[in-house]
This record gives sequence, C-alpha cells and structure tokens, in this order.
Amino acid sequence: MTTTIVTPKAAPAKEVEKDASMVKQKEMMAAHYDRLTSAPQTGEKVVSTFVPGNLNELTMCFGLLNNLPEVNAIQNGLRRTSGAFVLEAEKIGHSEDVCTYVKSDIGMMAKGNIAPNGKRFPDPDVLLLSYTGCFTFMKWFELLREQYKCETIMLHTPYMGDGKITPNMIEYMVKQLKDEVIPTLERISGVKFDIDRLREYLKKSATAEDDLVHVLQSAKRKPSPIDAYFGGIYYIGPIFGAFRGTDDAIDYYRFLREEVEARLAAGKGPVTPDGDMGKEKYRLVVEGPPNYTNFRQFWKMFYDEGAVVVASSYTKVGGVYDFGFRHDPEKPLETLAEYCLGVYTNRSLPMRIDMLTNYVNDYDADGLLINSIKSCNSFSAGQLLIMREVEKRTGKPAAFVESDLVDPRYFSAANIKNRLESYFQMIEQKRAATRAAA
Amino acid sequence: MEASLNGSKTATIVARAQALFDDLSFASAREWKAAAPGRKVVGYMPIYVPREIIHAAGMLPLGIVGGGDQLEVIHGDAYYQSYICRIPRSTIELGVSGRLDFVDGMLFPSICDVIRNLSGMWKMMFPNVYVRYFDVPQNYRDDIGGNYYVNELTELMHHLGELRGQPITDDELRHSIAGYNENRRLVRELYSFRAQRPWQAPAAEVYLALRAGLVLPVEQHTEMLRDYLAAAASEERPRRDNCRIVLTGVFCEQPPLNLIKSLELAGCYVVDDDLLLVTRWLTADVPTEGNPLHNLALAFLHQSESTAAKYEPNLKEKGQHLVRAVRRSGAEGVIFACPSFCDPALLERPMLQHVLKDADIPYIAFKYAENSGQMQPIREQAGTFADSIKLWSGT
Ligand code: SF4
Ligand code: SF4
Repeated sequence: MTTTIVTPKAAPAKEVEKDASMVKQKEMMAAHYDRLTSAPQTGEKVVSTFVPGNLNELTMCFGLLNNLPEVNAIQNGLRRTSGAFVLEAEKIGHSEDVCTYVKSDIGMMAKGNIAPNGKRFPDPDVLLLSYTGCFTFMKWFELLREQYKCETIMLHTPYMGDGKITPNMIEYMVKQLKDEVIPTLERISGVKFDIDRLREYLKKSATAEDDLVHVLQSAKRKPSPIDAYFGGIYYIGPIFGAFRGTDDAIDYYRFLREEVEARLAAGKGPVTPDGDMGKEKYRLVVEGPPNYTNFRQFWKMFYDEGAVVVASSYTKVGGVYDFGFRHDPEKPLETLAEYCLGVYTNRSLPMRIDMLTNYVNDYDADGLLINSIKSCNSFSAGQLLIMREVEKRTGKPAAFVESDLVDPRYFSAANIKNRLESYFQMIEQKRAATRAAA
Repeated sequence: MEASLNGSKTATIVARAQALFDDLSFASAREWKAAAPGRKVVGYMPIYVPREIIHAAGMLPLGIVGGGDQLEVIHGDAYYQSYICRIPRSTIELGVSGRLDFVDGMLFPSICDVIRNLSGMWKMMFPNVYVRYFDVPQNYRDDIGGNYYVNELTELMHHLGELRGQPITDDELRHSIAGYNENRRLVRELYSFRAQRPWQAPAAEVYLALRAGLVLPVEQHTEMLRDYLAAAASEERPRRDNCRIVLTGVFCEQPPLNLIKSLELAGCYVVDDDLLLVTRWLTADVPTEGNPLHNLALAFLHQSESTAAKYEPNLKEKGQHLVRAVRRSGAEGVIFACPSFCDPALLERPMLQHVLKDADIPYIAFKYAENSGQMQPIREQAGTFADSIKLWSGT
C-alpha cells in the first residue's frame, strides 16, 4: 500500500503551470526509473521492498537501489494498464478475491515487467520483506521469490494490538536488523555496514519530515492551501518512496513548503488538475486508499463541488509523522523499528479511530469519508465500525464509498458521485441544523 | 451421521459431539463456568494459541470459529462489507447477540488482517472483556523470534494470572502442557488411524470429534478421543471405492459440515486436512521438564504446523508440508477449499499448486463460505475428480 509521484497519461483539461516542487519530483522519479532499468548495465544492485516499513536509509548504506512493487502497481493503475495485468494474473491462477496490487504486479511480470520509462525492470537481487501493517505482503513476496528465486529477508514488525510500542517489540526488531537484515545485506551488496552513514541519512530524513508535516498541517488553515488526499498523494511520493534520507528529498520538501506558504499568504486553495480550486465549501477527512484507475475523475467529483480533503489516513501508510515521530540519528536501529511499528496500517483499530477523530476535530472538518477498497483487508476490515464511531465522537456526518485501488472493474463513477452528492447534502443539513440551534 | 451405525458406540460419541457443534449458545461451556465460583472462560479464534496457558490459569479455553450455517446473521452484516469473508461477521453476531456474554477474555491470533482488525473491534465493542491480539514470531531463531515469543507468552501468562487474581505457576503450566500433549497425541493417532482406514473414521465424524475439543475441557476431550478411537477401530463399516484426498485451505472459516460430508459421498475419502489446526499445531510433545514457556516457544519455532499465515524462510521448503501430508496419508490428490475473500488461503493456493504440480499430485479447487448451502456443484466437482484419479491410477 502506498502512493507515489504520478504522471498520468490522460491529458489534463488544461496545462497547469508547474511549480518547482512538481518539476523536481518529476525529475527525481524519471532519474530513479532510469537508474533502476539501467542497473544491469551499471552493475547497481536492486532491492525490492514495500512502502510501509521501508528501510530506505538502511538499504542506501549498502548502495542498493529500491524498487517498490506497490508504486509500480499504482503507476500501472494511473496508466490504465493495471486492468489487463490483473486479468492476466487471474488467468494464470490467482483468485478474483485477492489484493489487486499483488495481481497487478504479477500480471506485469508475466507481460514483460516494463517500467514507466518503457524499459524492462531488472530482476531484484534481494527481496526485503518488511512485513509491516499487512499480511498480504508476506504472500506477495513469497510469490515473487518463487519467480525470481532470489534471497529474501524477512523483517517482522509486530502489530500494535494494544495501542502501544513495547520494549519487547523494539528489541525483537533491532535484533532482526542487527543479526539478520544487516549481515544479509552486507553479503549481498559486498558493502560493509557503516552506522555513521546510516545516521547521516536518518538526519536528512528528519529534515524532510519536518517540512512534510508543515505542508500537511497547513490544511488546518482556511481555506486549506492543499488537498491532503489527492494532492497529498503527490506530496508523500518522495518520502514514502526511494528518496527518504536523500538531499533530493530535502530539496523537494523545502520547495514544496515554500510553495504552500506562498499559497497560504495569497489565501489560495489547492491546485487541482484543472488549476486553482474554486471556493472551499466542504472540508473532509478521508480514510482509505484512493482509486488509481480513475484517479482524476474521482478527484474531480470533489473539487467540482468545492470539497477539499484536509487530512487523510492514506498519506500515513508510509509513516506517521504528524504526531511527532522523526527518524532519530541518535538511536539508528531503534528509530527504524519505531518507524515500522508506527505506520498507519500497523496501528490498532482504536488507534485509527482516535487518529481520524482528531483529524476531524483539529482540521475543523465537516466529516469523515471512507473510500473502502474491495481487495484490501488491511484497510477495509472494520471500516464500518470506524465510520460509526468517528461519527458518534465528532457529531459530524460520515459517508462510505467503495472502489478498488487498481482494478477498474470496481470503479462505478455514477454510484460514487451519487453518494458524494448525498453526503454533501447531509453536510448542508447538518450545518443548517447547527445554525438553527445556535 | 450418515456413516454411523445406529446405536453403536461411535454413534453415541458422535451424537454428543454433534450436539456440542449444533449448540450456538455454548451451553456446555456455560455449565462448566457455573459449576464452581470464580471460573473463567477465555475464547480464541483460529489459528493457534497456547491453550496450555489458559488451562494453567484454571480457565476454559473456548475455540470460536464463527457461526456456521445455522446462525442467522442479523447484526454482523452491518459491520462488514460484502467483500470480506464471513467468519468475522458471524463471530460479531455471536458477540452482539449475547451468545458469548459469559466469555471473560478473547484472544485473536496473528492469522490475517481481518482477525487482526477484529481484535480492535472487540476491544471497543466489549470493553469489559480481556482482549488480546496474540502475535507470534515470523522469525524462527531461538535468540530472536524465540526471545520475543517468550516475552509475549510471559505477558499473556501475567495477564491471565491477573484475570484470575492469582499468578500462574510454572508447575501449573507444566501440568497443563502434559494434558495437552496427551490430547495432541490422541489427535495425531486419530489422524493416522483415519489415514489408514478412512471408511472406519469418516471425515465428518473426525471433524466433529475434533471440534468438540474447542468447547470441552481438555481432560474430557481426551477421553472422548480415546473412546472414539477405540469404538471406531472395533466397528466394521462398509468400505467404499473412494479415492483418497488431502483437504486444504480450511484452516480458518469453517466449511459447512455438509461440505465435508459431500466430499466423501462424492467419492473422496479425506485422509488429511488443515481443519482446526489448533488441536495439533505443535507436532511433537512439549517437554514437561525445565522452563515451560521456553518449551512452548521452542515447540512453536521448530515443531509446529506449516500454514499460510506462517512465513516459510526456505524457498525449497515452501509447500513441502502438503506434499509430505499427501505421502504420509497415502493420498492420491488434493482438494483446495478456500473461504471466499480469504487472502491468506487464496494467495497461498497458487504456490502450493505449483509444488503439487512438480510432485505430480493432482488437485482441484473451489471456494466456500461457512453458510454455503448448495453442495451440488462441489459434489459434482469432487465426483469428477475422484473418477479421474481412479482413471489415472488405472483402477
Ligand atoms: S492488502 Fe491492502 S495494504 Fe496489503 S498490499 Fe494489498 S493494498 Fe496494500
Ligand atoms: S477466512 Fe481468511 S481472511 Fe477471513 S478471517 Fe480467516 S484467515 Fe482471515
């Protein structure tokens, strides 16, 4: 589960002037894909790993290039190729019921494993199974291991079932890092582990994380200068992907922060694919991943109505930074453990409810909208209770729509639009009732 | 029970097990609790919890595996979308309808995201119940996963001690380990008896006998198994011209009893399966000497079943447990029955199928839900499979 910098094929309604951050991000992504696809020539080694609980700072210590299958699935969703890949995977024996990220990835492999730059992805030298926040990850990498027959490292992150991180959890993870993950990465890469190098990267991560939090929290202002879901997905790309711990990420988030501050100063709302958003009418918190196959169409249903997302849980799947956590160079391995333990989908359901309730209150939102993903148990199981509970605690209306991440068969525009329209009406009614009571 | 002889010893035992199975109000567990003051009941879901620790606290471990096909789900559907398997909604139904109101604690094992999230739901919906997500290591080194697990077990033991108001002692735990060792020995014996003479121990009977172990105190269940084994061995039953299959994928949401019966009626003797794995999760006796928590932990790390929820670090070993089950039980094929929308079972399935293909073992696959009513398609599929196996084997 993740998000990334996206360059959808479908042409926007009109050309939007690109901010420095967008230009920077595009360059970073393109360069990364080029580096990845030319790895067989350059000799660089490749690690495949997942976004939640990714150990970018650590893998960089070994000069490994990261390839994130979830990001590839998203790219395929946005480029509308995922549908065919999912079908391909089903044709070769995968059930119609399971996570479509996995099927998109497996279908892509079956169809030649072509990267967004048109060149073939290299086979990974190692699969780093950061088993954080989702059981499907384990099956996914067992399936990939079967194909690539390469070394696979398991890093098991215990679940925060009781809503807390215990010393036993940290110790377990640090031991796995010290005694298994690091020695194996040393062997595969031929590079000796240097803890000071790790500290340097962690320091850089924290700098970028500060700026990211600043950007995300700018949505507390009215009007919000950002959309923290549809726009947020672009913003978290570098830090959730291959760039946490790099100078590029520091630059990107500095640019982004400056741009957002300029929008704030000018009293502007978010940028949408159709340019500046009109008047902010509704402020929403969104739980759950988006749909990628119809991403722009989905987003348009919001901005056309003046609805802006001020906070979302999806932008926390690759790390929750807005409650104070930062990668800490003073305790390099412990901080990696804490990071993995804290990602959104590794948090208990009561924690998720608390978080969403806080968002509705702190961002002065009109309510919670859940986009429930058909094939994602990690997010979806329990969301109906989440909805009712947040509604009860905040006194604000909540609504539920359903779609899928990358399977276009499960995106019904008419249904979603209807539900959204009734939801906006509910919000209006609630406002009228509050005004009448005042 | 179709294959039982009326009035026979097996029929009596099976009738008792069937009554326990049919009883959605858990009367026997309620009676056990009411029989002495201060007794407590701790529920657990699939796939595995160390029941020894619950037992050592003087409590009754109660296996909760959903509501089956007889429970009318009224409230449960309001908690789950249509694309989520059925066991959590019927379990919620059991809770909301008050059928579990005598349960003092619930353990939700680390099996999948659905049961994981259900643990949080339970905490919120039943705040007076002791609720724990029971995590197990996916790292099998004694000094890494082992240490972690011992600490988790220590915490569980401490919590259950608090729940009863008196710490659990090592001796109590050793005693419970011995009791469960004996129970597991009998379960293994039953499985090997069935593998040798499946017509003497029909799959539905074996299932019911095992299922009784989810609600009975272990001592009573051990007795039941012993009696059943003796009775099954002594009663001659007609032998059908069935093929022999291993049933797999059924480790969490339960297939309807009718499904299990249908397989045998369609010509497939079930000679091994992954039903109710908790009853035989640990594959060898746990030592009763030394530190009991260490012993439980080592058994988990090195002598426990393989299943989809457990990471297999070695590619070459992946799926071999199924091949071994086929060889051990003399099976001729494998039937994959997976609950609809079950990510662990359905994602595991292609990998297991590849391994079977390499080993030249035929298989078929279908999906079910705990409340599936229509058995005809499954019966037809299993029947065709049985016929083709016979054809391949030239009989
Ligand atoms: S189940 Fe959900 S969280 Fe897990 S890999 Fe699939 S989309 Fe991501
Ligand atoms: S049936 Fe499968 S998905 Fe459902 S709770 Fe059980 S293991 Fe999880």
